[in-house]
Amino acid sequence: MNRISRTLSEGIVWQLLVLFLMLAALVVISSGLGYMRISFSDVLRIVLAKLLGMDSLLDGVNSLFPVVITDVRLPRILTAASVGAGLALSGVVFQGILLNPLADPYTLGVSAGAALGASFALWLNIGIWGIWSVPLFAFIGSGLTLLAVIYLASSSAGLSSNNLILSGIIVSAILSAGVSFIKYMVDEQVSVIIFWLMGSFGSKTWTDVWLTVGALTTGVCVCGYFSRELNVMALGSRTAASLGVDTRKVRMILLITASLVSAVCVSVSGIIGFVGLLVPHIMRTLTGPDNQRLILVSLFAGAILLLGTDTITRAVLPHEIPIGVLTALTGGPFFCYIYRKRQTGGIHDD
Amino acid sequence: MTIEMRTLSFGYGSHKAVSDVSLKLNSGLFYGILGPNGCGKTTLVDLLIRHRIPDEGSIAYQGKPLTQYTRKQISRRFALVPQQYAVNFPFTSRQIVMMGRYPHLGRFAFPDTEDYRQVDEIMEQTGTRAFENRFISELSGGERQRVIFARALVQNTPVLILDEATSNLDISHAISLFSLAFERVVREGKTVIAVMQDINLAALFCQYLILMKNGRVVQHGPTDQVLTETTIQSVFQVKAKVYEDPYANARQVVFSRSSHV
Repeated sequence: MNRISRTLSEGIVWQLLVLFLMLAALVVISSGLGYMRISFSDVLRIVLAKLLGMDSLLDGVNSLFPVVITDVRLPRILTAASVGAGLALSGVVFQGILLNPLADPYTLGVSAGAALGASFALWLNIGIWGIWSVPLFAFIGSGLTLLAVIYLASSSAGLSSNNLILSGIIVSAILSAGVSFIKYMVDEQVSVIIFWLMGSFGSKTWTDVWLTVGALTTGVCVCGYFSRELNVMALGSRTAASLGVDTRKVRMILLITASLVSAVCVSVSGIIGFVGLLVPHIMRTLTGPDNQRLILVSLFAGAILLLGTDTITRAVLPHEIPIGVLTALTGGPFFCYIYRKRQTGGIHDD
Repeated sequence: MTIEMRTLSFGYGSHKAVSDVSLKLNSGLFYGILGPNGCGKTTLVDLLIRHRIPDEGSIAYQGKPLTQYTRKQISRRFALVPQQYAVNFPFTSRQIVMMGRYPHLGRFAFPDTEDYRQVDEIMEQTGTRAFENRFISELSGGERQRVIFARALVQNTPVLILDEATSNLDISHAISLFSLAFERVVREGKTVIAVMQDINLAALFCQYLILMKNGRVVQHGPTDQVLTETTIQSVFQVKAKVYEDPYANARQVVFSRSSHV
């Protein structure tokens, strides 16, 4: 059996194709839904006209529709999809390096750091970078948190997963107290902070799209490059060393990459939980734990999940519910369900 | 193949785990490292596979310092079977064994027919074929250890290091895995370095013994010369009787209830 047919027979190509088509269909459907209904054929014509520069395709389409699609809906849709992909990617990587299928992008306090940074900017009404002030402060908060956690967790033997998890919990707890303090101080303005923390894709622009897509692409390249090492590291650091993997270096590179990807996601969209935990977890039952496949499949699944959820809250529900609340309210119980099922099913012991 | 350790030392903080070890190992021999718990056996193994870097001294492989080899080159020369550990992710046994081929593959290359053939052959020999598609996380401790052993054999290196590799296996599987390793020493001129607790099993397979205590090599030499009552008493603090056993065709050791010194 040659290599290509073996790959095909193992189904990864088909899985990716199906997921890609699902995502593409969801983008089109979602673009048509909303306060202003736009037929799917019009959506396709507008997208094609923009992509190919053929304005003749727009004949007979309401002249407002192209503006709604390209300036309002697509930026939001593409941001939601790439944030979903980004969170899923860092979820896979965190679960892999922490050797813990229950880790998520926020285990190391990235979200708590972003929350404190954003609250800080909102509290002092910092506007030196215009509308980018809050995301930038959120990003700086995540970055500093990461440095603090790595500093706390590092020992002469490198970074152990237990140390990282514990440091993440401790640092997050301290930062959460900081957020509470700021909420207490700002008084009436507290709603702005709360609203930001609950996450939203409202009024996203193309800049947000390029920012998240850029971070995502970099992340996929780095994590894809080290995905085989990530597999080997599941056997423990001694075995990984004997198989030629520089565990210390690879763990550090992947940790920083995944944290930065999730920091960009959080900065752009606020704190959206459970996507980074659920997607890798569910996809692992589909593809197995091989990270080379898991990363690719999770990217699409994360994008589909978050875009789907955002479309529901934006266009289906009578009132928009903050996306972070919706993912936690639906994802949380669902996670409990599969977790419980696995405990009782005895599929594997952790 | 030669491995030469010169005045190796390594410490965790102020505690010296390995101190002043100088040894020369040759190919085509089954080496056994014996010693009480915490005597530095595992640390010595970590230094060999460059999982840890010695504080002092050097290791040369084929006359060239180990520091001049890349990690990947080292992984094509040394394979390790560690003590038992848990794997948290549901890889299949076959996937785990295939990881042994990674050091021979390019970063983006897929395993080819030859890689699959070697995996099949070794899984057959180690009796792991029966559960090749089961998850490693579902296997019993013994089954899992055989998978890990197969993974190291598939790595197909001149040196195979067994770090208490059979400590949780029943006697039948322990003998069968040591025999597989022994066969490679005799037929292919490979080198096995086995850290062991069971002195009699060591006497059965090892042609050369290295006895360690408190981070130092106390004695080393061919099994027939080194395995004596005085050595065992000084290294393990137990009295023992050593005799040539005609059935085992090797030296064997027996203890009595009041052996402790």
